[in-house]
Parts: sequence; structure tokens; C-alpha cells
Amino acid sequence: MSRLPRTTANDRKFYTQMTGYLGLILQGALVTIELTLMGSVLALIMAFLAGMGRVSRFFILRAIATVYIEFFRGTSIFVQLFWVYFVLPFAGLSLTPLQAGVLALGLNVGAYAAEVVRGAILSVGREQYEACTALNLGRWQGMRHVILPQALLVMLPTFGNNAIELLKATSVVSLISLADLTFQAQVVRSQTGSTLMPFVSVLVIYFALALIISWGVRTLERRMARGLDGVRV
Amino acid sequence: MPTPIIKVDAISKSFGAFKVLDGLSMQVMPGEKLALIGPSGSGKTTILRILMTLEKIDGGHIQVDGEQLYHMERNGQLLAADERHLARMRQKIGMVFQLFNLFPHKCVMDNVTLAPMLTKGVARAAAEKRAMELLDMVGLADKAKAMPAQLSGGQKQRVAIARALALSPKIMLFDEVTSALDPELVEEVLNVMRKLAAETDMTMLLVTHEMGFAHDFADRVLFFDRGRIVEEGKPDEIFRHPKQERTQSFLKKIIAAGHRV
Ligand SMILES: Nc1ncnc2c1ncn2[C@@H]1O[C@H](COP(=O)(O)OP(=O)(O)OP(=O)(O)O)[C@@H](O)[C@H]1O
Ligand SMILES: [Mg+2]
Repeated sequence: MSRLPRTTANDRKFYTQMTGYLGLILQGALVTIELTLMGSVLALIMAFLAGMGRVSRFFILRAIATVYIEFFRGTSIFVQLFWVYFVLPFAGLSLTPLQAGVLALGLNVGAYAAEVVRGAILSVGREQYEACTALNLGRWQGMRHVILPQALLVMLPTFGNNAIELLKATSVVSLISLADLTFQAQVVRSQTGSTLMPFVSVLVIYFALALIISWGVRTLERRMARGLDGVRV
Repeated sequence: MPTPIIKVDAISKSFGAFKVLDGLSMQVMPGEKLALIGPSGSGKTTILRILMTLEKIDGGHIQVDGEQLYHMERNGQLLAADERHLARMRQKIGMVFQLFNLFPHKCVMDNVTLAPMLTKGVARAAAEKRAMELLDMVGLADKAKAMPAQLSGGQKQRVAIARALALSPKIMLFDEVTSALDPELVEEVLNVMRKLAAETDMTMLLVTHEMGFAHDFADRVLFFDRGRIVEEGKPDEIFRHPKQERTQSFLKKIIAAGHRV
């Protein structure tokens, strides 16, 4: 017992404060994870809708998809977030900061990922489409069972990048005072006056999250590619 | 006198300014085995692709099994076929490609069962039972679970044949199905085709550079040149006693290249 370092009252106070601050940062991390997950789901949905719209045989669908993609790639995520959060209420649609964040992030990254979906669909060889026709599969049947499963494999690595971009972009929500990782880091910094502790933690957490995404996508990719090259089964 | 199952009437087809088929007409009888031969670029693949609705025609008419392929009759008028009409007509026709075109992400069994289940609503169990019979027929019953990438070219092509047969088409189109194969794998595919010809009454159209096989296999041979049928007849007539000068010179070149006739 006596071997333990003696802690003064001040030390104890310092430790409880620090764990308190770390708790704040972890809370922020949870918000960031939540935003990333929900934003990615929305982005994925938008990417498939718009990406498949881009290769539709109907002009109107192609037009809508193109306008969506060009608009959201051509304006910044800041502006989009401000519109969603501050301007939409004038149109009678008030969102919570979290909803606004998910919507802006999902729509923005979805526009980039839509081009990935489109490119991947087009990368599937013409002979696969012809096999579908020769087997009398309908357009949607061929898309669903033959083209998309092969295109998915092409999309996955870039989807991983998109998800990491989305993760990094989540920090914009601190501008509409949503208490995400970046926001909490600022809070801790202003309360403690210490810059190193909050910013190192934030750096490490963002990096760890990005690593998890990369690893997850690579694992998925490996599982989906199984058997395709005749070596791994 | 039976009526032709395929009646091609003065069709034309251009790619840009290049006229591939120019007023081509031909007829095929039910159950007939037809070999299409001719120099590269003469339009053999194009006519098969047109029959499979992979290319549109610019003019003319095609009748398949008593119905217009690219036209529909509505109130006595001939209209351009819509997707539904084409889908109905495609049920009568199957095609095997030079490069197999298997679905690489699906195992052999799923390659064969996919279309029957989706387009004919066949239950999985029934589709798999039929697929096993077909795979057995092409000698690949033990490869049902294999992925296409694990198969040799000859095996892939036999799967592709089983896949097309699974839809029980009345007409089968084969476009140079052995020309992408290593020489030692050609025979296993040709054997399957021989078996098909002997055991079924399917109408078969075969584009090939295997003149020996065409000779044994076909009831009739069509010699194509520049989008037209220059000469046609029984295999012996075409291969032994070609009348047209262009047929003669084509066959001479083929023999010089080392093919058996
Ligand atoms: N999609 C296309 N676009 C442009 N030209 C084409 C297309 N498909 C075919 N052609 C041209 O049409 C002509 C006929 O082609 P086709 O493939 O029918 O010939 P083929 O008789 O099958 O020849 P081969 O023995 O080399 O296979 C060729 O000159 C070819 O280059
Ligand atoms: Mg050809």
C-alpha cells in the first residue's frame, strides 16, 4: 500500500477533471460515429438512386440525377449544411442539428458516390449485358442479379474512400453547434486551456475511425471477391 | 411441307456508313442444322446477333416460329416490336457466345438456374434438378459448385451451352463457340454439339471455322461473303464441289491454313 505514489488532493482533482474531459471527447466521438453511420446509409441510398438514374434509359431520370450530382458536387458542404439547417425552416422544415447534419452529409457524399456507382455499372462488360438479353432477363433482373453484383466489387474500394471523406466532413456540424468530436475538443480546449490533450485525442480518434472503415471495407471486398479469380474459394 | 421456323426476308444492317447485310434472305426449317461459313467480316456473327435481338435491323422482316421478330401486328398494321414482344420472342431462341459470357460471380449451378427461375418462374428445386441433368449431359455434373474462373475454356463453354439449353429454346445459335479454345479443348465442346444434334430436334445455326465439323454436323451449309449468301447447299456440294469462284477460293485458303475439310 505504502508503495503506491501518494496523491495529493490537487492531483486527484486533476485526474477527475481529465477523465471528465476525456468523457466529453468520447461523447463527441459517439456523435461523430452516429453521423458517419447514418450519413453513409443516406449517401449509399442516394448514390444508388442517382448512379442508376444516370444510366437510365429515361431522359427525365437521367436529368434529375445529373442535376442532383452536379449541384451537390458544385457547392460546398458548409453551404449545404447552412441551407439545410438555417434556410429549410423558412420552407416549413425544421430539423434537429443531427438530422440536418445527416441530411447534408448524406446528400453531399451521395453525389460523389453516385458517380462511382455509374462508373462501376458502365465498367461491367457489354458481353454481360448481352448474356442477360440472350437469357431473356428483363432490364431490372439483369441489373439486379448480374450487373450490380459485379459492379459492387468495383465500387467498394472507392466507397471506402467516400466513407472516410464523410467521416472527415462530419466536423462541419460543429458549426451548427452539434457536439461532435471536433466541437467537444474545442470545448475542452477552452475549458482547460490545454491544446495538446484534446487535439491529440481527437487526432487519434479520427484516425482510428478511418482505420476501422478501411479495414471493414477491405474485409468486405475480400469476401465478395472470393471465387472470382479462381484462386481463393 | 413444313413451314420454315426462321424466315429472313431482305434484311439490311449498317454500322455507320458500312453496310454489313444487304438485302439478306434465308429460310431455316424446323430441326435443321445449319452451318454458316465465310470470310471474316462477312456478316455471320451479325445475322446471329440480329436473330438474338442483340442488334436492330435497318430494313426487312424476320419471322420466327410463325411470328414477326421485330414487328407486331396490331389491327392489321405492322408496328415496331416493343420490349414485351421481344421478350416473348426471345423465349424461342438461345445463343452461345464465342467468349462464353458466363456470370463470373455465380457458380456453375447458379449460372444455369438463374434465367429459368427469373424468366419462367421455375422453383429452385426444379431448376436445379433440370440443371443437373443438363450439366450431366455436357459432362460437368461434378462442377456444379465450381466458379467459372476455376474452369477451363472448354468447360466454360459447355456450361454456357447448358445455361442456354436450360430455357428450352426451339432455336440455338452458336457463334464460333470453339474458336477461343486451346486446340485440345475443342473436341469436348464439339462432342456436346454432336450429342445435341443427335438427341434433340432443336434447330441449330452454327457459325464456324471448323470446316470438318461443319461438314459432318450440318444438314445445309451457307457460304457468306460481304453480307450476302453466295452459295448454299448440302455439305458435300459446298465442300467437295463448290460452284462459285469465291467459295472455291475461300475453301482453298482455309485448307492452306491447315484445316481439315
Ligand atoms: N458494333 C459494330 N460496330 C461497327 N462495325 C461492326 C460492329 N459489329 C460488326 N461490325 C462490322 O461488321 C462486319 C461484319 O461483322 P461480323 O462480326 O458479322 O463478321 P463475321 O462474319 O462474324 O466475321 P468473323 O469471322 O471475323 O467473326 C465487320 O466488318 C465488322 O467490323
Ligand atoms: Mg464472327
